[in-house]
Amino acid sequence: MMSTLLEFIEHVWRPLLVVFGVLFVVLNMAPVLIWLERRLLALWQDRYGPNRVGPFGMLQPIADTFKIFFKEDWIPPFADKVLFVIAPGIVIAVVLASFVIIPFGPNIMIADMNIGILFFLAMTSMSAYSVVLAGWASNNKYSLIGGMRSAAQMITYEVFMGLSVMGVVVLTGSFNLRDIVEAQRGLWFIVPQFIGFVVFFVAGLAETHRIPFDLPEAESELGAGFHTEYSGMKFGMFFVGEYFGITLISALTVALFLGGWLGPVLPPVVWFVLKTFVLISLFILLRATLPRPRYDQLISYGWKLMLPLALINIVVTGGVYLAARL
Amino acid sequence: MWSVLRSVWEVFLHTFQRRVTVQYPDQMPPIPPRWRGRIILTRDPDGGERCVACYLCSVACPVGCIALQAAEDATGRRYPEFFRINFSRCIFCGMCEEACPTCAIQLTTDFEMSEYDRQNMVYEKEHLLIEGEGKIKGYNFYKVAGLAIGGKGKGEAENESAPVDVRSLMP
Repeated sequence: MMSTLLEFIEHVWRPLLVVFGVLFVVLNMAPVLIWLERRLLALWQDRYGPNRVGPFGMLQPIADTFKIFFKEDWIPPFADKVLFVIAPGIVIAVVLASFVIIPFGPNIMIADMNIGILFFLAMTSMSAYSVVLAGWASNNKYSLIGGMRSAAQMITYEVFMGLSVMGVVVLTGSFNLRDIVEAQRGLWFIVPQFIGFVVFFVAGLAETHRIPFDLPEAESELGAGFHTEYSGMKFGMFFVGEYFGITLISALTVALFLGGWLGPVLPPVVWFVLKTFVLISLFILLRATLPRPRYDQLISYGWKLMLPLALINIVVTGGVYLAARL
Repeated sequence: MWSVLRSVWEVFLHTFQRRVTVQYPDQMPPIPPRWRGRIILTRDPDGGERCVACYLCSVACPVGCIALQAAEDATGRRYPEFFRINFSRCIFCGMCEEACPTCAIQLTTDFEMSEYDRQNMVYEKEHLLIEGEGKIKGYNFYKVAGLAIGGKGKGEAENESAPVDVRSLMP
């Protein structure tokens, strides 16, 4: 009797708790990040940022959410209505689905998949659909250009994003993120795989359309790019999706290169969250620093610099690994 | 690539720099004494109105926000019957202050004049006229002007000699 109860707890309640816990944390990351980003940007620009609503302005995102809910949710008459409504949902769904494979702690992960990284790569590629469909369904020149840019950018950066992780996979011998983190007990992969780390991080910036690579929504040239026609909560979903994307890329970088939950004294989950927040701050620091490159520069960095780097990284890693085994 | 990393580092160093924001309602920004803020009408040291209703401020005003009507009292002193400044038009350029021959109209350091109702931005003479002398102390136009008013004839002003009889040859 006792054992069945324990089994029930182990196989039903615990996974449910993990699923909803992760969902709760991730969904609440968006307002936290909005606040964090505004405060950090202000800090680096010698300003204060929001500091009126609540302690340190922490309730500002709540006020913003209320505002965005009360905005008119307008679908342009010339838009493709179905796709226009579906597009913002895709980005959220896809990014949330990717969180399935993130190991927050030794036993805290939703799906212990043996193809973890492949699943992540597949899901991030899907998020290109969201942007392209949004741009296309808006039936607006600038939106379409934004969508097209996004498609080209995604293809370019997706290629070496996948390749940059392969060094880690070679060293671990597994696609499973839990195995990858466990393999970093001796040495974090950022040391042997530094090039892989840099390439992955840059590709992650491009995947989330963060500011040095936000060409799909380049305000100064395209209005707002793919979300020009969006308003109200549909726009809010793109916005929130971007923050989910940042969290996802940061969490994954932590798991792949920075030793995941490994660390002394503090509990594993705390280490994971701490490292993730350091990376998120790095995202924001890059936003505070770098201007947007020209579009052809973006694409040529991708194909002429990052892709060869990723390939060399794989060849060298594979060669050294084989030589060590012989 | 090096310059990118260097700028990232330099932006990061801003973490430790002082913030330039002045948290205005809690903390007053430094206002220079020549600030061009709310306009006032001043009085001379004896408590009389300095304004002689010459209309020069109204003419000088580039947005035409000053309206007044001249009048004369029993002693022959000119004064404005009404004096109205529409602060919703005023651009605080200070031309009226420059044009004023009697130092009556002056700009102050006060700038907190927000209103909920636009009509309240129209200031009448009772709102503009203050009790003191403002920025210029000890100046009384009628004491130094040659104009004869009740209680002061020709040639009786400060630093003024008695009028010359132009029909006489005598020194």
